[in-house]
Amino acid sequence: MRIDCKHVWQYISPYIDGEIDAELRARIERHLETCEICSAVLDSTRNVIVLVADERVYELPAGFSERLHARLDKEFLGET
Amino acid sequence: MAPNPEFEAECIRRIQAGEKQVFHDLIRPCERAIYFMLLSLLGNEADAEDAAQETVIKVYRNLHLFRGESQFRTWVLSIARNEGLGRLRKLRNRREDSLDAGTDEQTGDYTPAILTSWREIPTEALERKELGELLRAAIADLPEIYRNVILLRDIEEMDVRETSAALGITEGAVKVRLHRARAFLQKKLAPELKGFAPKRKGLFGWGA
Repeated sequence: MRIDCKHVWQYISPYIDGEIDAELRARIERHLETCEICSAVLDSTRNVIVLVADERVYELPAGFSERLHARLDKEFLGET
Repeated sequence: MAPNPEFEAECIRRIQAGEKQVFHDLIRPCERAIYFMLLSLLGNEADAEDAAQETVIKVYRNLHLFRGESQFRTWVLSIARNEGLGRLRKLRNRREDSLDAGTDEQTGDYTPAILTSWREIPTEALERKELGELLRAAIADLPEIYRNVILLRDIEEMDVRETSAALGITEGAVKVRLHRARAFLQKKLAPELKGFAPKRKGLFGWGA
């Protein structure tokens, strides 16, 4: 049975994470072979995921770690 | 960083035997996740940093309560989350308005940004500061329940089980929220990201 674009969009994320069964996966792949819109939606979603995961997007503020560990050292001193 | 239960158990044993300094090594791999979870909840860097320090002190003081039934990082993140939620509650009481916590029912059907082709944006494009700003702004725009899932799953790369334990929601809810968060980001970002695609060389060698 052929599935439509809307159906494919619902499964984009589990498809990327490999969380759907083989049968649905095969149906989605058959759809993707002939549907340039769904292929582009899938590729752009994957691309967005790769970009946000890059460590340059979210960096800790400068000096964060130093301040945190200095605070801990103060806590250790306070205990003794 | 991948959790390492043997390393953590050994650190905890040494700390409890009096080697306090070992706590620095124990908490270091969790720092990023603590900070970004709190940034997601509180929305500004100064509060997130303050709450992160408070969280780490609480983890240290309550270390004897960690039973090893969950992963150490999961336990730490649930303390971070409680710290953040406690602060939000105080703010809410002061302002006497309700925070839009958002629910899973909020969004129904979703239509992505419709494209007929996609040219890959390589991660090298992140050398341009505007690209990072665009991505952070889109994530900041997500409702909090989606933002914290994308942060733990796609940015800190935690698995579904650990994310569900850290947020106190079911694994099913993690998957649904992750899907919606990614869909929201694709819709918002795909049209804006096109400008960051590498320039194609024209027929005679100049940029297209």
